[in-house]
Amino acid sequence: MKNNAVLEMKGICMTFPGVKALDNVDFTLKKGEIRALMGENGAGKSTLIKCLTGVNKFEAGEIYIDGIEGSVVNRDTLDAQKKGISTVYQEINLCPNLSVAENLFIGREPLTKLGTVNRRKMNAQAAQLMKDLELDIDVTRDLEEYSLAMQQMIAIARAVDMECKVLILDEPTSSLDDNEVEKLFGMMRRLKEQGVGIIFVTHFLEQVYAVCDGITVLRNGQLVGEYDIEELPRVKLVAAMMGKDFDDLAAIKQEEIKDFSGEPLEIDAKGLSHAGTIKPFDLEIHKGEVVGLTGLLGSGRSELARVIYGADRNQSGTLKVDGKERRIKNPIDAMGLGMGFLPDDRKAEGIVGDLSVRENIILAMQAKLGPMKKIPMHVQNEIADKYIELLQIKTASRETLIKQLSGGNQQKVILARWLATDPDFLILDEPTRGIDVGTKTEIQKLVVQLAQEGKSLIFISSEIEEMLRVCNKMAVLRDGAKVGEISGNMTQESVLSAIAGGDRNE
Amino acid sequence: MNKLRNITKKQLFLPIISMILVMLINVLFDIIDGNAAFDFFAISMKNGVLYGRIVDILNRGSEIAILALGMTLVVSASAGTDISVGSVMSLAGGMCCMMIAGFGVTSVSTVAELAHPIWFGIVCGILVAILAGAFNGFLVAYMKIQPMVATLILWSAARALALLLCNNMIVYVRMDEFKVFGSFLGPIPTPIIIAAICIAVLAAVLKFTALGTYIQSVGINKRASRIAGFNSANIILMCYTICGLFAGIAGIVNTSRIYSADTNNIGLNLEMDAILAVALGGNSLGGGKFNLAGSIIGAYTIQAITTTLLARGVSTAQAPVFKAIIIILIVVIQAPPVKEFFKKRSARKSAVKEAV
Repeated sequence: MKNNAVLEMKGICMTFPGVKALDNVDFTLKKGEIRALMGENGAGKSTLIKCLTGVNKFEAGEIYIDGIEGSVVNRDTLDAQKKGISTVYQEINLCPNLSVAENLFIGREPLTKLGTVNRRKMNAQAAQLMKDLELDIDVTRDLEEYSLAMQQMIAIARAVDMECKVLILDEPTSSLDDNEVEKLFGMMRRLKEQGVGIIFVTHFLEQVYAVCDGITVLRNGQLVGEYDIEELPRVKLVAAMMGKDFDDLAAIKQEEIKDFSGEPLEIDAKGLSHAGTIKPFDLEIHKGEVVGLTGLLGSGRSELARVIYGADRNQSGTLKVDGKERRIKNPIDAMGLGMGFLPDDRKAEGIVGDLSVRENIILAMQAKLGPMKKIPMHVQNEIADKYIELLQIKTASRETLIKQLSGGNQQKVILARWLATDPDFLILDEPTRGIDVGTKTEIQKLVVQLAQEGKSLIFISSEIEEMLRVCNKMAVLRDGAKVGEISGNMTQESVLSAIAGGDRNE
Repeated sequence: MNKLRNITKKQLFLPIISMILVMLINVLFDIIDGNAAFDFFAISMKNGVLYGRIVDILNRGSEIAILALGMTLVVSASAGTDISVGSVMSLAGGMCCMMIAGFGVTSVSTVAELAHPIWFGIVCGILVAILAGAFNGFLVAYMKIQPMVATLILWSAARALALLLCNNMIVYVRMDEFKVFGSFLGPIPTPIIIAAICIAVLAAVLKFTALGTYIQSVGINKRASRIAGFNSANIILMCYTICGLFAGIAGIVNTSRIYSADTNNIGLNLEMDAILAVALGGNSLGGGKFNLAGSIIGAYTIQAITTTLLARGVSTAQAPVFKAIIIILIVVIQAPPVKEFFKKRSARKSAVKEAV
């Protein structure tokens, strides 16, 4: 082991069916260091972490952990935890139907003398933990009652609370808003002072520079290099990740502000609502227009879109689609009217894990046709190949199960599913979350291109820069209600102040 | 070598191996007994009909195979089992015989005595089974009741209802026109033909429509399927209804075999065989992906075990014990840790070879 290293991985190799996922990768983490693990989708970041935590069985290589003699092989995550390696994954792996306290102490519950779970003690400890982290959470309530962001914080709290030498955060910020990200960074810095080594996997470059000490870059399963933060400025980092220069990412902002008021309306919603999630709202979307929904997390961005699509049943008001009044009870009704919806919770509402990439792509198309009109196999293959090529989906073949793909590639498959239905109106809820820089730009280009073809879109994203690039107009949401719209010359400043509301200036 | 490894990866590999294993046991016994080694596979004509142990297994296994078809769909779509199929078989049989003979009549043997035509009785029997399936499906899909609990209702009620329909008696229909469904059509046992038709129709439906994708998608991820435009409740309802239909057909076959509605015994415990058939076929009882061929092989494997044991002179009372032993073996060789073990071993072997 090198001096004051807490973790050292050497020559890790791992193969998935048809893909060399990791090829001789080294990784070193010092005590009290926050190290970013960077790379595009499918570069092997998640795979490397899964090798470390015992989820994946790697074929060759050695792992050394501070304080443990000889090389270590973790059989499973529990084993890894015992050796001081805790992980918070990209997708939340907690039990939604258990209480927060139960989730925090699962597998290590405080016991009474009789050997039963000491609930009072467990709840008290959990409440204390939440207080320490300045989280306002009732630990006796079920986890699923909290937003995705809160669940993520709880997952981190759980990992932090265990005696850990190495804390792995795999895309922890992708569902957090700025305020929560700051809180998390505070937590990370505190842990760093205690000597914990932190591996931070993210796609947000600015966050890397805000909190990290070092960067390790992977590309196509191989180590590109290990750097200190000072020696690798942003442009060089992106270049290292993509293996090319950064010109491609030049802004694709539309040159002029286009006026859509003359165009016919695709969506004309008046007073739509869903009890408990979104208060009555009006929204007009013209043909060829991209409308952004912006606001803090939990402000009702996704919920507004869900009501239009019928994912949540609309309970009031009227909805006109293409000029005609329609009632949408279920997603299939909306699809019949030419809508498509890419949900933000990819794991729960996007992928059908045990089906192949091909089947996942044709799924919505087939649903529109009905069960009796099966799409002939050769057509299915053509469609699948077309989108694998178009969106550059990294998969061994079109028959690979979607669950074997990396997160970003799964997202592309779901996107392909909707593009294949040739929708007139497409809702994209966080389409670029967990996706690498290069593909992000591709998706943004695609959105602009679809709009130019006369399609209407709703675009939801936590990244304001991205919204500014693609949206013609933004609807602002706060506390489950639509509070205004901004259009014309939008800037990051104007959007932020709209989100924050009038009280910002007081 | 590579080809061989590819074959062993297929889902059907182990079910087929299990089937062959059971056959080998038979061959072994034949040799021990001093019979011709392949007596088991011998098929001959006696009294103008096919005769042999294979024929017997295919014949007797028809009901399980038919039930396993519907059960496969139910398991896939709802990640649960329909434990009422055995009772529903009895209900279908009871309804059928009661309609043919008339309520309260215990036996008919001539056309003049019939209350309704035979075809009408059969249609009524199958219809009531479809209704039972739809009832199960409604409870599971729309009332969101756990499949095991929902189908528990008809598991106990359907058989009682059948007894009620038959006025607490065994109703006999001693007519060749009715017996034919459980005996022979020409030289071939009719149940084999009926099972083959059921299999062929369902396989064709799955091949030429997209129902297979619908069912599996709903079984794997209900919420994602809804967003992608599927109505999961309707699909689950449909699967249970189809399961009811097949239970009805199996019930008629079984009733016709004994040309009577012996409602206490028709289909007794057959639901467990049907569920086992699905599991033996390598299908996960957790729902999702399914393989119809696997379930069918599983069904005939179970019947092969039963037939073997009975042919060996094991009494019907003791047979379940031996059946259990064989089934434990089959299930264990298909268990993930065992598969993993063999995979590792072969990997180590090939590594050694490379080193040499």
